Amino acid sequence: MKALLKHTALAALIGLSAPSLASLAYVSNEKDDTISIIDTETREVVETIDVGARPRGILLSKDHTRLYICASDDDTVQVLDLATRTIIDTLPSGEDPEQFALHPNNKHLYISNEDDAIVTVVDVSSKEVLAQIDVGIEPEGMAVSPDGRWAVNTSETTSMLHWINTETFRIEKNIVVGQRPRHVEFSKDSKIAWASAEIGGTVHIIDVDKLEQIHEMTFKVPGVNQDRVQPVGIELTSDGKYAFVALGPSNHVAVVDAKTYEVLDYLLVGARVWQLDLDKDEKHLYTTNGVSGDVSIIDVDDLKVIKSIKVGRYPWGVVIDPTT
Amino acid sequence: MYRRYLRSFAVGAFIALSAASLAAQPVDVSIGYVQWIPDQGPVLSNVTPEPDDGGLRGAELALEDNSTTGRFLGHTYALTSQVTDSEEAAVAAFDSLQQSGIELFVVNVPASTIRTFMARAGAQTLVFNAGAEDDPLRTADCPANLVHTIPSHAMLTDALGQWLNQRRWNKLFLITGPTEADIAWASAFRRSARRFGLDIVEDKPWTFDADLRRTASKELPLFTQADDYDAVVVADVRGDFGEYVPFNTWLPRPVVGTQGMSPVAWHRVVESWGAAQLQNRFRDLAKRQMNGADYAAWAAVRSIGTSVTELGTADPRAIREFLFSDRFQLAAFKGRKLTYRDWNGQLRQPIPLVHPRGLVARAPFEGYLHPNTDMDTLGFDKPESKCRINN
Repeated sequence: MKALLKHTALAALIGLSAPSLASLAYVSNEKDDTISIIDTETREVVETIDVGARPRGILLSKDHTRLYICASDDDTVQVLDLATRTIIDTLPSGEDPEQFALHPNNKHLYISNEDDAIVTVVDVSSKEVLAQIDVGIEPEGMAVSPDGRWAVNTSETTSMLHWINTETFRIEKNIVVGQRPRHVEFSKDSKIAWASAEIGGTVHIIDVDKLEQIHEMTFKVPGVNQDRVQPVGIELTSDGKYAFVALGPSNHVAVVDAKTYEVLDYLLVGARVWQLDLDKDEKHLYTTNGVSGDVSIIDVDDLKVIKSIKVGRYPWGVVIDPTT
Repeated sequence: MYRRYLRSFAVGAFIALSAASLAAQPVDVSIGYVQWIPDQGPVLSNVTPEPDDGGLRGAELALEDNSTTGRFLGHTYALTSQVTDSEEAAVAAFDSLQQSGIELFVVNVPASTIRTFMARAGAQTLVFNAGAEDDPLRTADCPANLVHTIPSHAMLTDALGQWLNQRRWNKLFLITGPTEADIAWASAFRRSARRFGLDIVEDKPWTFDADLRRTASKELPLFTQADDYDAVVVADVRGDFGEYVPFNTWLPRPVVGTQGMSPVAWHRVVESWGAAQLQNRFRDLAKRQMNGADYAAWAAVRSIGTSVTELGTADPRAIREFLFSDRFQLAAFKGRKLTYRDWNGQLRQPIPLVHPRGLVARAPFEGYLHPNTDMDTLGFDKPESKCRINN
């Protein structure tokens, strides 16, 4: 009797403490002004939260308690508390924030201000603007190296990677890449950076020690017009085995050998695939498909698409919380 | 507003200007812009007049885009613009800009004036046509140093023809206005109709000698009487009577062409592929919406900027060679990389089909095949053009 009671109490406690035990994926819906929350066990949308106008880039705080949201048309970054699923704060962001990256110190947020040709650095705890750095036209992709040394911004119309020293907030190097660079992803050891160029149709591999390009990848999806092969999001497995590259309106994700830079396969997903994220065991890759309004799930071991989940209109970013 | 607030917020912190640049060699790029748009005469429909700086403001925006990029490379750009009110003044402006050493031009003038310019142009002067849609400039006697960023009439009407064909709206009532431009647009459409298997069941000129004691809206139902048609196609380039055709047709049918749903180089309703950002930047600069002439001038100045960024020189010969090389690609907010046709210098581009408040579709459409690029299903393809400006 006593044992049974304890059980019940425990169950009740669990029920209260967290919305779910399963790992959760968060998806920003650019044209719906919402965030869809997907339960990665049941692979269903469990909740849709209203947020600011035109949510695009999203990321998790390093302690996984908050989700930062670029509400582009509200010219602000919103802070979503994940336990209560409410917006608890906003950060000054500069105009039209699109993408951002959080320094490993969990404090410095680097934000691309697309309409202003500026990168704004904000301290997320004091909400102080630490610097505004002039970059090229339409800054878009933002990444901070895992070792915290570099912040990299891509400017779409200028077609450059701007390498910002995170101690001085000054640009130390500009690298010209293909037309419309969209996204930068660092290898776990911070030695290699991958940068996609949407209109160029290329992915540029940069040696971070030398700040030089060491390789340029192109893609050929069978049966798809070459103009529609437009690399956007990039995701790397932490074992250094694979890179996944979202190829936009070709509706495919390229599977790349991360050591030889050879394309191993092209996987058909939804229409205009944009951003990617791996789940906590890196067993599944989630893709946002802007035009078809859904998320595809790829099984990383089998390299097969196993499911698509309907979300809001124009899903843009996806992040998976590894702790829940 | 917000920007200012934030900027002052950042005082005390600092604005880090990138001193570090890639550049070894500074490059100064001088571009001339010459505009002359003949008076269109009075029009019945003048509710939304065309801006008189169409084209110019697009060139200015692209100059800002180029300069921002150039800042990191030690490249500087200057635009000298001359908006003139007669052909003589336009020619004089072109001459004097050439004498001042400018060899890169963006021009927004009629086709005949472009011919005059090209006859007076120096051996390596490179001219971008951002205003004249006339097909003959692309099909015969193409000057070797003239390229076109504005789509031709044939590209526009092929976009419309493809759309009508895929909708299976094959029977068409064509109304053609009296101006030279109307007649040129209509003959381009007749060619498109043949290409895409469309049937022009009525082909009537709008002559203005109809009994105009009634208003246009009373005249049009009678004017469009016919057994049957799927859509009415209007060729009224300057926007005289065309605005009165929708909802005034004899049969309840949609109106397409220069009014109703139109194929255009650019329009404020285009927002995909990052276009929303270009539209925002343009509105900030010009305090109005971006039109086709603005887009064409923007694309011309950006073509120069993209080339200079890659080449590190402003030599017009080198730029011309680069424009036609495999390495050239223009990111121009139409979802595809844009390139120049090597036979006649036309910039390949998708064509939006729009109504005043929305995007309907974007040509080329799936299923219209071409051995090289489906964008060459729009306009005069290589075998249809006599021009070979690169050999």
